[in-house]
Amino acid sequence: MSVIPLSALDLSLAALLVLVLAALSFHMRLKLTGSLLVAAFRTTVQLCLIGMVLKLIFAHAQWPWVALIATVMLLAAGREVMARQNHRFTGAWGFGVGTCSMFVSSFAVTVLALSVIVGADPWYQPQYAVPLLGMLLGNTMNGVSLGLNHLTQGAWQQRSVLEQRLLLGQDWKEVISDIRRESMRTGMIPIINSMAAAGLVSLPGMMTGQILGGSPVLEAVKYQILIMFLIAAGTGFGILAALAIASRRLFDDRHRLRLDSLKTQ
Amino acid sequence: MPMGNGLQLHELRFAGFGPFRLTVGAGECVGLSGPSGAGKTRLLRAISDLDPHEGEVSLGDLACSGVAAPLWRRQVALLPAESAWWRDLVGAHFTSVDEAWLSALGFDQAVMAVPVSRLSTGERQRLALLRMMENRPRALLLDEPTASLDADNTLRVEALIRNYHRQQGVPVLWVSHDPAQLRRVADRRFVLENGQLLEAGPQVAP
Repeated sequence: MSVIPLSALDLSLAALLVLVLAALSFHMRLKLTGSLLVAAFRTTVQLCLIGMVLKLIFAHAQWPWVALIATVMLLAAGREVMARQNHRFTGAWGFGVGTCSMFVSSFAVTVLALSVIVGADPWYQPQYAVPLLGMLLGNTMNGVSLGLNHLTQGAWQQRSVLEQRLLLGQDWKEVISDIRRESMRTGMIPIINSMAAAGLVSLPGMMTGQILGGSPVLEAVKYQILIMFLIAAGTGFGILAALAIASRRLFDDRHRLRLDSLKTQ
Repeated sequence: MPMGNGLQLHELRFAGFGPFRLTVGAGECVGLSGPSGAGKTRLLRAISDLDPHEGEVSLGDLACSGVAAPLWRRQVALLPAESAWWRDLVGAHFTSVDEAWLSALGFDQAVMAVPVSRLSTGERQRLALLRMMENRPRALLLDEPTASLDADNTLRVEALIRNYHRQQGVPVLWVSHDPAQLRRVADRRFVLENGQLLEAGPQVAP
């Protein structure tokens, strides 16, 4: 089974749908037109660029190139996590908390999957490493940013409760435990929903892409199951790490709530 | 006045306030008043180590910097002007509540099954006092503990605190905007104004 190539006209027709939507939202004064068009433009440019980069890297499977692109992806994800916080940490922590936790979880899970499960040779083979890391980082980024935002927002809004509990002699871990638990749930809900709905409500993007690309359906299914599990683990470990670092950062050594470690809006 | 288990502030400074030097003897109640924004609440927060500060606070031989903060706060307990609650039912905030204290403040055990959302501000404040006292603190920092109470309940709270701190020999620092109340409960009274603690004489303020 071969891939049916897409022409520029095919893509233009799809773009026309976005333009119609943009015109409709402009007419309805939804204030979405600008961001919709910018996002559509960004997706076109970014995917074309990454396509060229990947073509180059696939042709020269050397680890420094893979490491470089992985670093760029990680830094971009870290920036996105930081940008999505209503009350982000001040200074380097604002960027560092999300980036460090994504680095630990996504990279560890990707390396494990490449070397032990997929068995690519060499393990950093870019055809496997880059897409796998991309999917893990993308989902971990969502989970980490949701979880972190819930934690810092919760601490900000429930300041009087947290301080009341501190005054009664509870330590910082006990005081933040409720918000931390809720933050973990908030961060995990998207991937849990994805896993629960996969195959019933939705056909996951990667599997659909593989099938459209001509891969045998059962192989595509197996890869999708693998990816779902890896994403769930990577996201979960990433959120756990981010919440552990951020929770500690919200308190000082004397178990005082330090909201001055967060930026005000 | 015995000082053995007294509360002492040694050159306490915080957020541009201070230095404060004060000793509240064991079993003594010191009243504190002053205009809004003078730093009364901040002073109590610094003593309970809830805000960063310089200098030292000690309770008898125990120095604040020498013990873990949660332990210090269980011993030197602060009752904030507004109580906060984090579980649905009142009882979920208590481990074992003293029946005599409950009835002294006009409650019985049934209140433990009541949702916090159904309590009035005054009821919450009285229960917050009991919740704090459950730790059997060795010093009390009270920030307008009766501000939201009617006259009868104000007297109930005053009586309970008086009995506790006199029987247990506990120092009390009591912030209030009500001069008559401070005359009733305090052995000495201070005014916090312009960053200074000034001892007030008996003629001070109605």
